[in-house]
Amino acid sequence: MRRRSLAAGALALASLAAPFTVASTARAQQPVEIQFWHGLNQPLGGMLEQLATDFNGTQNQYRVVPSFRGSYAETVVSAIAAFRSNSAPHIVQMFEVGTGTMINAGRAIKPLHEIIAETGVAIDTRDFIGPVAGYYAAADGRMMAMPFNSSTSIAYYNKDMFQRAGLDPNAFPATWQGVEEAARKLKAAGIACPMTTSWPSWIMVEQLLAIHNVPLASRSNGFEGLNTELNLANPVLTRHLTNLANWQKEGLFRYGGRDTAAEALFPTGECAISFMSSGSQARVRREARFNWGVAMLPYYEGVAGAPRNSIIGGAALWTMNRGPSGQRTREELRGVAEFYRYISTPEVMAKWHRDTGYVPVTRSAFEATKATGYYTQNPGADVPIEQMLRGGEPTPNSRGIRLGGFIEIRNIIQEEMEKTFQGQQTPEQALQNANTRGNQVLRNFERTNRNN
Amino acid sequence: MQKKVIFRGRLLPIALLAPQLAVTFVFFFWPAGQAIYQSLLREDAFGFSREFVGLENFQEVLSDPTWLNAAMNTVVFSGCVAGLALGLALFLAVQADKSLRGATVYRSLLIWPYAVAPAVAAVLWLFLFQPEVGMIGRGLRAIGVPWDYRLNGNHAMILVVIAAVWKQIAYNFIFFLAGLQSIPASVLEAAAIDGARPARRFWTVIFPLLSPTTFFLLVVNLTYAFFETFGIIHALTNGGPAKATETLIYKVYVDGVENLNLGQSAAQSVILMIIVIALTAIQFRAVEKKVHY
Repeated sequence: MRRRSLAAGALALASLAAPFTVASTARAQQPVEIQFWHGLNQPLGGMLEQLATDFNGTQNQYRVVPSFRGSYAETVVSAIAAFRSNSAPHIVQMFEVGTGTMINAGRAIKPLHEIIAETGVAIDTRDFIGPVAGYYAAADGRMMAMPFNSSTSIAYYNKDMFQRAGLDPNAFPATWQGVEEAARKLKAAGIACPMTTSWPSWIMVEQLLAIHNVPLASRSNGFEGLNTELNLANPVLTRHLTNLANWQKEGLFRYGGRDTAAEALFPTGECAISFMSSGSQARVRREARFNWGVAMLPYYEGVAGAPRNSIIGGAALWTMNRGPSGQRTREELRGVAEFYRYISTPEVMAKWHRDTGYVPVTRSAFEATKATGYYTQNPGADVPIEQMLRGGEPTPNSRGIRLGGFIEIRNIIQEEMEKTFQGQQTPEQALQNANTRGNQVLRNFERTNRNN
Repeated sequence: MQKKVIFRGRLLPIALLAPQLAVTFVFFFWPAGQAIYQSLLREDAFGFSREFVGLENFQEVLSDPTWLNAAMNTVVFSGCVAGLALGLALFLAVQADKSLRGATVYRSLLIWPYAVAPAVAAVLWLFLFQPEVGMIGRGLRAIGVPWDYRLNGNHAMILVVIAAVWKQIAYNFIFFLAGLQSIPASVLEAAAIDGARPARRFWTVIFPLLSPTTFFLLVVNLTYAFFETFGIIHALTNGGPAKATETLIYKVYVDGVENLNLGQSAAQSVILMIIVIALTAIQFRAVEKKVHY
């Protein structure tokens, strides 16, 4: 009986594995297939798939096959599961919070600099703009992943409401002190929700600290090693979270939920000010029935070193090995490299930037877009990139964040913030708790990734 | 007279049982075994390094305040869902059992929600209760209730309970209705002739005769509340705000799939398995004694 069940189990397994074996043997004369898993839903996903189709049209040696795998987080998980069963895709699109996990993934990934060295395909990694290159580079500066759809967060504001409150609709306050004053005036003018934010951790914690040149974690935000400790209970963040909690009590700020949950509050005309991803411009453009503007994220006046560049969000392309025992062939790597080269050409990258609202990840694409007069015709379209380049070369605190298990840490930060907004704990307690719980995650990650 | 079928030889009965046993093995024993094995390990996400840690994962899970919080949520959530889903379904079934005009239409309408996928059900409720765009959400705010399930943990819990109950009522309703219809009319008539009023007839005659159905449904509903409400919670609140709606099954998902902490996630699912086995055993030993077949 036992043997029979085992046989049945083995059979079920074999049938699961079969499609992959077939796929890998049947590529004799056909173009080399490059599997590309992505996590962008419509309309962005369609634009990305068009990019692959266009690439396939330019040559006949390689064929990039894009496939949608759910949200970024779900794409990460399915790629890892596929790797463990020796069927990982060649390219996986990974959001920026997963960077720490991927960089420490050892044999699972094929770093970009190795691909360039081994295939000789010309991809100019010095062309990537500073904050993007820094985010995806190893400690020694060599590129690990192919930057692709990077965004940053910016302020959006409703110009009609600003006018109604007697504020200048063409000047968004540069400092948090100014934003507070504006929010008070908006409230006095009868606006129920003066201000909200999406991505509470990314924008109100991670970006805030980068802009003020304060470390989020020791060891250069984790860039220098896994033995890093969080630095959440710092004065700047305590001050900001205290403000947010007070503003919420006063009715100046409304908490709209995690991740993108608060995004709808702005285009519907509910909130006058919102802080969102620069990639949300497409949606606001389509849905908002009022005059609106974008501006750089505010900073606290009087904090030494502020304001600096903001850090990036969005995603990059990681090249994966097939599995624990499966390397890529030379041809496959060449195909991957050719595709990367294609998407980083100034024309393709500039078009992607204009169509989607993501920032151009190369200087040449930025210059190319500038040269067409796009930014003069679309005021505000250059706010994200100008903000990312603010203050010159990024510092160790504004370069990016490289923490293992950062997806979990980000959720912990959001939970503790929620408890503060619920009135269950003070901002100091929230940051202390987030720090303690987050450090536990870092220690677990350090322990399991010691040997990679 | 019971008729017993006796097979000659052993081959045929084994062959007949084999498909079922194979399915049970592949979809239950094998993954459960894997979970137990995994729960004793600590591993990185890609499976490169593997360390045997004994019961350390269990020790960490059981002393983790967020796990205890999830356990408390599960108790509250399952209690509310099972209680409300059973109570409301029984009420509706009793009403549907009366000879009403249009009873068939009423019955079919009540059965519909069962055909709706959990995620879809969740989205329906989301549209109703969303504070800015939802009809009920806006209505509540208009009458002065500061409804906001994104920040208020109790609101969030109420919302997931409503959605989960709504989804399960249909199932319970079908069984209760079938149970009611199998109660012989003569028994009820006899009680009526003896002078029992409707309420008394219900509690002394109908309810005890329904007890096998109720017991079966209690077990099914608790299992439902424990395991199958994942989709609803995932689509409505993601376990938030501040873990207010994170149940045990949702935490298994968060730690295993989102946080890629496989060892602890496996340990949690083993604990969950033990809890449900224990719960079912208790139900069969304690509650079943009061059930008359």
